[in-house]
Amino acid sequence: MPIVSLKEVAKSYRKGRETIDVLEGIDLDIEEGDFLALMGPSGSGKTTLLNLIGGLDSPTMGSVVVGGQTLGELSGKALARWRSRNIGFVFQFYNLLPVLNAQRNVELPLLLTNLSGAQRRKNAETALTIVGLGDRASHKPGELSGGQQQRVAIARAIVADPALLVCDEPTGDLDRETAEEILDLLSILNREHGKTVVMVTHDPKAADHASHILHLDKGQLVRQAA
Amino acid sequence: MIGQIFQITLLSLRNLPSRLGSSSVIVVGIGGVVGVLVAILAMAKGFEASMSRAGQPDRAIVMRGGSMSELSSGMGPSEMAVVGSWSEVTAASGELYLVADVPKRSNQSLANLAIRGVEQAAFKIRPEISIVEGRPFATGRTEMIAGRGAVAEFEGVETGSTIELRNSTWTIVGMFEADGSVYESEVWADLATAQSVFRREGGVSSMRVRLASPDVASVLSQRMEDDPRLDLTLTGEDEYFRNQSQQLTTLIQTFGYGVAAIMAVGAIFAALNTMYSAVSTRTVEIATLRALGFGGIPVVASVVLEALLLAILGGVIGAAVAYFGFNGWTVSTLGGSFSQVAFDFAVTPELLVFGIVWAVGLGLIGGLFPAVRAARLPITTALRGE
Repeated sequence: MPIVSLKEVAKSYRKGRETIDVLEGIDLDIEEGDFLALMGPSGSGKTTLLNLIGGLDSPTMGSVVVGGQTLGELSGKALARWRSRNIGFVFQFYNLLPVLNAQRNVELPLLLTNLSGAQRRKNAETALTIVGLGDRASHKPGELSGGQQQRVAIARAIVADPALLVCDEPTGDLDRETAEEILDLLSILNREHGKTVVMVTHDPKAADHASHILHLDKGQLVRQAA
Repeated sequence: MIGQIFQITLLSLRNLPSRLGSSSVIVVGIGGVVGVLVAILAMAKGFEASMSRAGQPDRAIVMRGGSMSELSSGMGPSEMAVVGSWSEVTAASGELYLVADVPKRSNQSLANLAIRGVEQAAFKIRPEISIVEGRPFATGRTEMIAGRGAVAEFEGVETGSTIELRNSTWTIVGMFEADGSVYESEVWADLATAQSVFRREGGVSSMRVRLASPDVASVLSQRMEDDPRLDLTLTGEDEYFRNQSQQLTTLIQTFGYGVAAIMAVGAIFAALNTMYSAVSTRTVEIATLRALGFGGIPVVASVVLEALLLAILGGVIGAAVAYFGFNGWTVSTLGGSFSQVAFDFAVTPELLVFGIVWAVGLGLIGGLFPAVRAARLPITTALRGE
């Protein structure tokens, strides 16, 4: 059974009187343990598709099922709770909270759980160790390099142990060398920790780390094997 | 839910130092509103308190029928004798009440100083009167004692000085207090001497009477109406002063609320602007929290709470400025009998609480709309910082 299943998904926006179709007739299954790269030109709907999979947006038509849960059946509150338990987000610009140190940033998703403070700290330390930043726990984002900030963001994404990581241009703001380190880290999380990774990228070299690559063009999927 | 609200609010507050300038707009704006409101209402409260403290339930004032104040009232010895003979009246003092132009200490402008000629019974009727400096006036001599408020407001009425009043020279021999009541704004003299010097032989403005009990006031009032010899009215002293103060108190309160309301509109816009700005600079941060699973309601609550905390801080500062700047400050104004009434601003605990309640209201309005906007903005849009 696929971890992500999209059936006849379409997404359109209204801009004034004009309707803009971003995605059309998307049928997509992503198997558990897959590392999928979504590629395509700007405006092709990559991020929109990623947001639908991550439960940040809802389709105009069709159904999105993730981990057996039909997202359209959930209320806004329930969807938020579902995201906190099932999805790890990695953003292009890290989206760390500047006033919190790495440890506290990583702990954020755990604030939505019933874990004790001590257990939250322990889990956050473990996540930081996995991404190789165990010794930077007390540093605030401003005191870390771009690559280190993205590692903290990845630690935050995995700390609640979600099955699915959705990554929007995770290396888009990094130099080549650092980007490779981040991609290696995502590969490790995929291979050794069993995380399913869905990654949007413009970069073919980044996509090379994926086990599958899907191209989007004008809101429609063009399949291509990695 | 409460845990989420607490956590997000904590984050907002940790963010405050980076938004110190804009956040202080709320504090200063709302502080100003509360400060002005509390100070003006403290003026009304002080005036009201000064007037009401003079009134006691077992004391009454007798005036000519139709008179609204002692200044326009007058009665003769025969009427005084009738009232003084009633068994329900345990003490009575005929009193002459007039005003004289005396320069104020503050700006040398002439203002009406109330002069009260009293019989010795006046002190028995008003036991709260106490000489705190000098001595009482002597009967038959042109001597006066001045209330503490009169001494504070007028020149030439301090103990030991002499003062020209209506072509006569008086010596101030003492200063009295009257529990902070309106009597402290007056100067008192011996009734017979005052009648003689001011050419009011035999006549008085009013009578102060002590009643056997507060209940007999209505009985005496009815008796006066039924007695064809008397064209008098009897009014309980507390009611008399309440009526005297009501108009001015209402005027001050209306002015206070008016000014505060205008300022409040400005403060609300300042708060709205600040909180919209705060939400705007934290758009991505708030969107990230919502993406991670934090709910919309905690986001709304955290923004409102931040606005409330800033507003309460402003309210506390405004109330503190009003308290330390104005509480006990003595001023004077024209009272009901066309004389200057000196009174202290009274910043009471109730007024302080009232000021804080205003601050909370303003903070709530200022925080709610930006909060709702923050929570309703689609996450995907907000993540792009739009």
